[in-house]
Amino acid sequence: MSGFDWQFFVEVLIGGLLSGVMYSLVAIGFVLIYKTSGVLNFAQGAMLLFAALTFVSLVERGVPFALALIITFAVMVVIGIAIERVVLRPLTNRSPMTLFMATLGLSYILEGAAQLIWGTQVHGLDLGIDDVPFEVGGVLISQFDLFAAAIAAALVLFLSVFFRYTRVGLAFRAVADDQFAALAVGLRLPRIWATVWAVAGLVALVAGLLWGARLGVQFSLSLVVLKALPVLVLGGFDSIPGAIVGGLLIGATEKLAEVYIGEYFGGGTESWFAYVVALAFLLIRPSGIFGQKLVERV
Amino acid sequence: MHLFNQLKAAAVAASLVLSVALPAAHADEQYFPLQSYRVGPYAAGGTGFFGGFIDYLNLINTRDGGVNGVKLTWSEGETQYEVERGVEVYERLKNNPGVAAWNPLSVGIAYAMIDRITQDKVPLITINHGRTDSTDGRVFPYVFPLLLNPYSETSGIVNYIASKEGGLESLKGKKMVVLYHGSPYGKETIPIYELLAKKYGFELQQIEVPHPGNEQQAQWLTIRRAKPDYVVLRGWGVMNPVALKSAAKVGFPVDHIVGNVWSNSEEDAIPAGDAAKGYTAITTQASGAEYPVVKEIIKTLYDNGKGNLEDKNRIGSVYHNLGIVNGILNVEAIRIAQEKFGKRTLTGDEVRWGFEHLQLDPARVEALGAKGLFHSINVSWDNHEGNGYVTFQQWDGKKWNVVSDWIAPDWALLRPIIEKSAEAYAKEKGIKLRTSEDVVTATN
Repeated sequence: MSGFDWQFFVEVLIGGLLSGVMYSLVAIGFVLIYKTSGVLNFAQGAMLLFAALTFVSLVERGVPFALALIITFAVMVVIGIAIERVVLRPLTNRSPMTLFMATLGLSYILEGAAQLIWGTQVHGLDLGIDDVPFEVGGVLISQFDLFAAAIAAALVLFLSVFFRYTRVGLAFRAVADDQFAALAVGLRLPRIWATVWAVAGLVALVAGLLWGARLGVQFSLSLVVLKALPVLVLGGFDSIPGAIVGGLLIGATEKLAEVYIGEYFGGGTESWFAYVVALAFLLIRPSGIFGQKLVERV
Repeated sequence: MHLFNQLKAAAVAASLVLSVALPAAHADEQYFPLQSYRVGPYAAGGTGFFGGFIDYLNLINTRDGGVNGVKLTWSEGETQYEVERGVEVYERLKNNPGVAAWNPLSVGIAYAMIDRITQDKVPLITINHGRTDSTDGRVFPYVFPLLLNPYSETSGIVNYIASKEGGLESLKGKKMVVLYHGSPYGKETIPIYELLAKKYGFELQQIEVPHPGNEQQAQWLTIRRAKPDYVVLRGWGVMNPVALKSAAKVGFPVDHIVGNVWSNSEEDAIPAGDAAKGYTAITTQASGAEYPVVKEIIKTLYDNGKGNLEDKNRIGSVYHNLGIVNGILNVEAIRIAQEKFGKRTLTGDEVRWGFEHLQLDPARVEALGAKGLFHSINVSWDNHEGNGYVTFQQWDGKKWNVVSDWIAPDWALLRPIIEKSAEAYAKEKGIKLRTSEDVVTATN
């Protein structure tokens, strides 16, 4: 091991962890919806695309940055409420598979609507954060990725405060804990679901802007959901801390695997290695690291 | 009876609508079925290319009244760049009369069509892409990878890098990394880069980026450690801007990245922002609206609200100009075939003959208003690529600027490899090799 390049190892590890934060951002949107309604919202990627495309299109039409952010957030709230009202409410008490298929269809509708409204062009998105690296002890670290990590941390903090200290947040936690008990004590589930979808819209906006700045705002943005799925399996579908830890683990392992063992598999391992890790973990702990263990009476 | 009359009226109305909507090629019409993609992940490229292609066909109709009086018609079927949809559109449109040629601009769809178009005897145009060995017209009579096949592209890129370093001899001892898309398209040039590395003595490392390519941290850290002199980007879609951004993140100089022909558009550079400034890429057709043919399209079509692009700012973009050049090549093939077979609607096989005699020298290119837009083409019955020249353009943050002369790939070096591959395909499929005798006539 004397010839092992530790500095390079640390660089790959840090790069992987920072990429993992980006995966976590997408995964959090899934967790919010799944926790309260048991729906695996496959449309999260399309929501992310819609948010980023709306924002960048407004900015390109001369709308000031802050105003564009507010308008886009408002649009995402309206979409979230509309989804709850038009798609999910009529499907109440249907099987999880039915709801999943509904969100799958929804993702196509949102992707199509985004292109119909804003066109098919690819856009650059500059958030004003230079993406030049800086060096710490010979290790290059991306400024932008650090900024994204800080935003993710702030988002998690905001969500924690929101759900712990606000009435809506407490209601959300009650619903997440036991829907029927929450209903029995008079909580209005539709309103809570609508709020959760709106918050998921906010998460989609934040993730969309950061991923959009990274990739450009284009159709492929909706494919980032594929990066979130192994994170959810690893961290648990109903845990925000799980989404963070899962993202970090997936990001780090897939990058280290690509660099150190990728050549033995012909390269290009990142497309499947995360899923191998997730599947292996699934065998050991089906509910993920932080996911709730389901105990059902049969 | 009332109901019967209503049904009858509806049937008549429907037949009228269909007769208008479906292209009905009469004796003086030539039809282009277009497997376009205007929605989905690759819509930006699809709208540009098919927009340019349609603009040119429209220009010929509007300005010249068609090709020698034969009107050009077309209809589109949406594929979203998906193979199964492309094949479905093929089956749906192939029976329309007067089909001239197919132009799917998709490697996957083109591969799926080869047997079908060969049976139907209609040309399949894969400008700048497709199977390299389809260059060999002895084996692939109906497939035309016009202007540039992947091997010629590889040779063109290596020749360009050599020109920057002071000649092919200077490549010895240099280090090159090829970052390729993890797909059959991306992997197509692996053996030819290996061959050229061996021939010219440069060190080579080829690194795969899995589809779609939105994460490249590991690959670029590997590149940083390898310290190559140049990185060749053989990308597609989102992989390209992410490569440029990731290069900036690890401090690799962007002016030492050379993009291939599917990494050379505005859509590849704009999303990368400042990280793309100084990036160079190969092309067969220059971008910009200063060429006479593009100016005529603006004057004749866009100024009269007849242009195909929704966004006029995209006129003269890489994909739009590629579509225009593709239009020129299709129209000239028809014109050449008409000289032999008559000024009428041609069969697909007759248009194939036209493509096999598509020889446009620089003087003819200039006469078509495309001087500087592309160099020339010299297709023959056994060389379906036509020895297209390439040039290199550099992104200045807003637009591409041409930074090289027209460069010729090393066709003589590549031809035996192409023939060997084509002959293996012919053996596998039981195809008898054509000779020049087989080309004289056309059927259908």
